[in-house]
Amino acid sequence: MEKETDADIKTNQEQGQPTPDNGNQFSRSRRRFFKLLGGGIAVTFVLQDAFALLTDPENAAVLQQASPKKVGAWIHIGENDIITVYTGKVEVGQNIRTSLAQVVAEELHVPMASITMVMGDTDLTPYDAGTFGSRSTPSMGPQLRKAAATAHAMLLDMAAQQWKVNKSALRVADGKVINTKNNKSLSFGQITKGKQLLKEVSESTSLTPTEKWRVAGTSVPKVNGRELITGRHKFVSDLKQPGMLYGKVLRAPAFGASLATVDLSAAKAMPGVVVVHEDDFIGVAAPDAQTAAKAIEAIKVSWNNTEQPSRSNIFDYLKQHANDGRGGRGSSDKGDVKQGMAAAYKKLEATYNVDYIAHAPMEPRAAVAQWENDKLTVWTGTQRPFGVQDDLASKFNLSKEKVRVIMLDTGSAYGGKHSGEAAVEAARLAKVAQKPVKLTWTREEEFTWAYFRPAGVIEVSSGVKNDGTLISWEFHNYNSGPSGIRTPYEVPNQQIQYHPVESPLYQGSYRGLASTANIFALESQMDDLASLVSMDPLEFRLKNLQEPRLKAVFEAAAEGFGWGKTKPAPNHGYGIGGGTEKGGFTATCAEIAVDPGTGDVKVVRTTTAFECGAIINPEHLENQILGAIVQGLGGALFEAVDFENGKILNPHFAQYKVPRFKDTPVVEIIMLNRKDLPSAGAGEAPIVGIAPAIRNAIADATGVRLKTLPLVPDGLKANLGAP
Amino acid sequence: MELQVNGNKHTVSAASDTSLLYVLRDELDLTGSKYGCGEGQCGACTVLMDGKAVRSCRVPLSATQGKQITTIEGLEKEGQLHPVQQAFLDVDVFQCGYCAPGMIMSAVALLETNPRPSEEEIVAHMNGNICRCGTYPRIVKAIKEASNA
Repeated sequence: MEKETDADIKTNQEQGQPTPDNGNQFSRSRRRFFKLLGGGIAVTFVLQDAFALLTDPENAAVLQQASPKKVGAWIHIGENDIITVYTGKVEVGQNIRTSLAQVVAEELHVPMASITMVMGDTDLTPYDAGTFGSRSTPSMGPQLRKAAATAHAMLLDMAAQQWKVNKSALRVADGKVINTKNNKSLSFGQITKGKQLLKEVSESTSLTPTEKWRVAGTSVPKVNGRELITGRHKFVSDLKQPGMLYGKVLRAPAFGASLATVDLSAAKAMPGVVVVHEDDFIGVAAPDAQTAAKAIEAIKVSWNNTEQPSRSNIFDYLKQHANDGRGGRGSSDKGDVKQGMAAAYKKLEATYNVDYIAHAPMEPRAAVAQWENDKLTVWTGTQRPFGVQDDLASKFNLSKEKVRVIMLDTGSAYGGKHSGEAAVEAARLAKVAQKPVKLTWTREEEFTWAYFRPAGVIEVSSGVKNDGTLISWEFHNYNSGPSGIRTPYEVPNQQIQYHPVESPLYQGSYRGLASTANIFALESQMDDLASLVSMDPLEFRLKNLQEPRLKAVFEAAAEGFGWGKTKPAPNHGYGIGGGTEKGGFTATCAEIAVDPGTGDVKVVRTTTAFECGAIINPEHLENQILGAIVQGLGGALFEAVDFENGKILNPHFAQYKVPRFKDTPVVEIIMLNRKDLPSAGAGEAPIVGIAPAIRNAIADATGVRLKTLPLVPDGLKANLGAP
Repeated sequence: MELQVNGNKHTVSAASDTSLLYVLRDELDLTGSKYGCGEGQCGACTVLMDGKAVRSCRVPLSATQGKQITTIEGLEKEGQLHPVQQAFLDVDVFQCGYCAPGMIMSAVALLETNPRPSEEEIVAHMNGNICRCGTYPRIVKAIKEASNA
């Protein structure tokens, strides 16, 4: 028989927890919670989250809505010694499956291997808005630490009760509570056996200080590394369900095109093929992928095209269609830029153009959808499983409880998988086919119908005094977005505005969001201002900078690179750029070489200094920084989505160039470990310095001050002048 | 048609022009080899055919007749990782790991013909494989480690 106790449950009426009126329901909910998870103890942040697992309408009063602002997660310690962490966060290569387990292992004093992470499953994990904005480490990490520390304290209390000793004589090590007086020990499972204890995380729980970390702060290897290098890990695109069909969707030839005429008869006549035509959606499901492709080819279709922008006129289009943006997101004013410019010794105005670029995750969008009675289950690679659950529920008019989204560790995202297009498409096909359907987007679909990092136009008007201090800074961004739009430098007169535009191509989140564009423009402008007042670019930045954390990374990068120590070789140049984003501080120095004959630009070496508070996993942090540098190098040098009249012209790796082995410079990474500061995420911020550093290095080598991203998709020959 | 994969003979029902990648993944459920582009541009589908690295998305089933195919699933022997896999694991190379099987198969092919490659040779040989997470220097390090093993 399982025993129960309510003693440890704190009451909090606001959060829908036990009151005289709903206490009985609460007990029932708790019992069902443990029935699902197995006996033991559990620590949660918000009790409703735990009960949201239970879909008994009887408990609706207790359930309410999971509160989206709270960070949901819980830790369960089972009678079998297994510790399971439930979080709605997902793994897309940023290694949070490892780092979040590390902080739990740290506070619970258990080996990494005893922790199982259940992530991004809407039936099993509490609501989470999504894995983006570098929030997992700064928000989920501390919450899990607190939950684990709360569980730690509970286990000590329970063992003390069981042994009838004072808990000061007890300590926790290696998944056991040990009585230091007699060396007796109880495993966590022995302590939690027969219990059904549910406790809310205690805000007052003391956490292990950073300097005493033994598991956190170390380079624990990727927890599922072996699965990946043996090919055993099942990505969504690898899943197979009994009786599963393969789906394919008919795509429009261009953005803005709509169906004119369609003849499905040939496709419908193909054996085993299910054809779905609902409004503008046409898709097929077939017993194998080849047949699905042939069925789509067999559909006779004509389209009504509308006039759409092209890459050649996109920057004019964005300027013409921009909202004034005053007072909107990212807008800020200080002093008076007119007076500032009037007082300037030197002025510099420039316009920067930034192309759309693609995330191009190696695993394209994929989903497997399965209907059982009226319950829909979809496996898909998304950064927002609960968002996709919402999309599916609204698309099929289902209550959320009838939709389960399961996110398997996915073949990367970089901000590019916030959406659930493949999930909705697969579910539409599966519903009609009445069989499970897998839909894997082709590379061409991923390059066309996913969304892009926005294109943008950035206008900067700046002034500097003769002593090299900034006096005026006016910055307008059209369409890129507001991230990283504010200058970190001290300027008394500023006007900064983001002007939103209705983008003609799908656009959305990206690694570092708009800061890749804004900091590029900002740091290019800073370099050119330094040149105007004949100052060293690093000295000019430091002179105008107060933020000590940003100063520290500039100084560390410069020191590591040997800035100012040597002169670049002929046709080589040195450049620097940096900034802050999402709680991370980064600076990159780059050395580039220009081939004077061909105009080819090669990045020879880079040094990046990065600081994001206390480091949880040095090896994995270094890997994220490396990844940001390499990805940022692509956007800096050559990546651009080419399109004409709404049609994407380069939807293949043969035409859309991404960084490869040969493009990769010698990458030096300096990590500043600030154990005194909370850990911030690192997947995004280190990308922002590389593009301006390369741009400024090209300027150093050639005097050519480029104002576009990408910088040199066709090399520098046109800029160097024909010999 | 018949297909020899990882030392096993399979009779498969796919048409002769079907790509090897689809036969491996959809018919034999050997899903370690990945689809990345379908055009031989990214290397995620790399397998060995008679010991040479090929892009399985570009190899029709008909071209595999009488050849020995090795996929990532065939590298581990009785729980023992192949030295290249071991090196990739030791270096803790990857982020998302989707490109991992193709990278490892390309590296195995390299070391079979050139057991002590220089860094330039590694880079030249591996250039057809894309890691969008950008772990290239870590891959080079792992291949060097494997070559010294």
